[in-house]
Amino acid sequence: MKYQSQLVAKNYFIAAILLFTGQILFGLIMGLQYVVGDFLFPEIPFNVARMVHTNLLIVWLLFAFMGAAYFLVPEESERELYAPWLATLMFWIFLIAGALTVIGYLLFTYSDLAALTRNELFPTMGREFLEQPTITKIGIVIVALAFIFNIGMTVLTGRKTVISLVLLTGLVGLAVFFLFSFYNPDNLVLDKYYWWWVVHLWVEGVWELILGSILAFVLIKVTGVDREVIEKWLYIIIAMTLITGIIGTGHHYFWIGTPDYWQWLGSVFSAMEPIPFFMMTLFAFNMVNKRRREHPNKAAVLWALGTAVMAFLGAGVWGFLHTLAPVNFYTHGTQITAAHGHMAFYGAYVMISLTIISYAMPIMRGRTANGEKAQVLEMWSFWLMTIAMVFITLFLTAAGILQVYLQRFTEDPVPFMVAQQKIEIFYWLREFTGLVFLIGLVLYIYSFFVKEENVAA
Amino acid sequence: MDTERTKPLPGDFAIWIFIFAELMVFGVLFIAYAVTRSLHREEFAYYQQFLDRETGALNTLLLITSSYFVVKAVLAIKQDKVQQCVNGLGLALLCGCGFLVAKTLEFSDKFSAGIRLSTNTFYMFYLSLTFFHFMHVILGMVILAAILFKARAGAYNHREHTGVETGASYWHMVDLVWIILFPLVYIIR
Repeated sequence: MKYQSQLVAKNYFIAAILLFTGQILFGLIMGLQYVVGDFLFPEIPFNVARMVHTNLLIVWLLFAFMGAAYFLVPEESERELYAPWLATLMFWIFLIAGALTVIGYLLFTYSDLAALTRNELFPTMGREFLEQPTITKIGIVIVALAFIFNIGMTVLTGRKTVISLVLLTGLVGLAVFFLFSFYNPDNLVLDKYYWWWVVHLWVEGVWELILGSILAFVLIKVTGVDREVIEKWLYIIIAMTLITGIIGTGHHYFWIGTPDYWQWLGSVFSAMEPIPFFMMTLFAFNMVNKRRREHPNKAAVLWALGTAVMAFLGAGVWGFLHTLAPVNFYTHGTQITAAHGHMAFYGAYVMISLTIISYAMPIMRGRTANGEKAQVLEMWSFWLMTIAMVFITLFLTAAGILQVYLQRFTEDPVPFMVAQQKIEIFYWLREFTGLVFLIGLVLYIYSFFVKEENVAA
Repeated sequence: MDTERTKPLPGDFAIWIFIFAELMVFGVLFIAYAVTRSLHREEFAYYQQFLDRETGALNTLLLITSSYFVVKAVLAIKQDKVQQCVNGLGLALLCGCGFLVAKTLEFSDKFSAGIRLSTNTFYMFYLSLTFFHFMHVILGMVILAAILFKARAGAYNHREHTGVETGASYWHMVDLVWIILFPLVYIIR
């Protein structure tokens, strides 16, 4: 490790993995509730399990992104972090606020939580993914501002590289678009319209910049390819991301009461959104093929390549599957969406987080890479989780196709719950694959605790 | 991604991937336009006659001229004529500015006539295609300007001028897209 202050990232990564585990456990609870409806009822109803599953995902990814930024920015900027104490302070504030929010979800009915946190003073609750009480949202903004101030000052007073500037742009974008979660107009169309500015412009816009810059950083480190070459790729990838992704938001505007032209703009531009992901795949494999050194951390290289492939499949291919308006007319809000959501989040954002953690954790623990035994375990966890996710996606896709046909396409459509019953088998298969995913995650965590001799320092 | 001199494409290979991706986006837009037009022939023919063909023709002339100056700039730097290269890029940028001004006037004319994306399908295509291209002219100009400043700082010479070729390639793409877009939307009846 080149700079002492990079060490603040460690807590962030540990918290990220812990919350990730929580997310998976709630995913399994929910997956079972699809087929055993009253499982854990009334303690953890489906809607609460779902809220915890999705909210934990977002929060742990934010922890991982922040950790990634705290780790890579000092190295890119060639200076210590502007205020390491602030990073540590914000870590505890964010962790406690996050934990309190989840406990709130679990202990109170949602309406009581809203009353308890005085939602009526400034109503922002009750919308998918943005369920957090207003006070938590304000907390997120404070943490984000302190974080961006810290990272921004480090970047601006140090060596400026394309990677750190792209990362900073992505992070600022993340904070700015989150502000739309405070805008909650009475008009439902307007509400949904701006809601997507958080949800879509995060994952199909600014988060891709964060993903691109972390990937570029890790690739420079593990391949030894010239920074100039890697930065060039990063430029064209982010340019294409923004060209397609911003207007691509329109694929959410097909059926919510917005003007008709969104069916055209949304279809065409979002159909092009796989391009930057495809470029990322080309980029990662090209750089690894041209590597000038054999980095001892093979697991990190595997995660980096995995990210590039799975992001393209999950976000690109599975996104394209249902992005054209005439197709989406039938598939909107079915299990096809769930299939896409799972593989896209895993492939793009979970895997890039695990990539940087895999690269950075050994370094922060005083070695370039883990020993062979730990790495082999980590690679096993990679394959278990990734293959499990592929099958989760395939089962949900099958469920989705059947659901679309039975419920919306056939001559005499059946009601929602009847269709759900007929696709039950796929939910069972998905649940079992989810258990395999959990085994992969347990192995991953265990790989941190493998004791070994002869580890290169 | 290498920069050796024995390659078939001028400029940096990365820009060609970008150009290819951009052409795909425009290609899909053009196909969507063509298909929709064939379904609404009369509507498209009727509203097309209200487009400003003179400004469109002027803009075509401006972009082709700018491409000429860009070619001049590339040829100049290959002979170490830095000042000529800078002049060429400057003149190309001037043409680009002319394009932006003419286009802005055209847009403001349409807007003041109450035309919006939601007016009808034809205007939806007209506005989104031309505006999307407009944004590309701006991006192309940013790239040309960056190259101009680097050239003036002496970053390029007859051996190393990949940057100039790279920017030139992108600019030609912006020009080429307009050369297809103009007849497609303004003229073909």
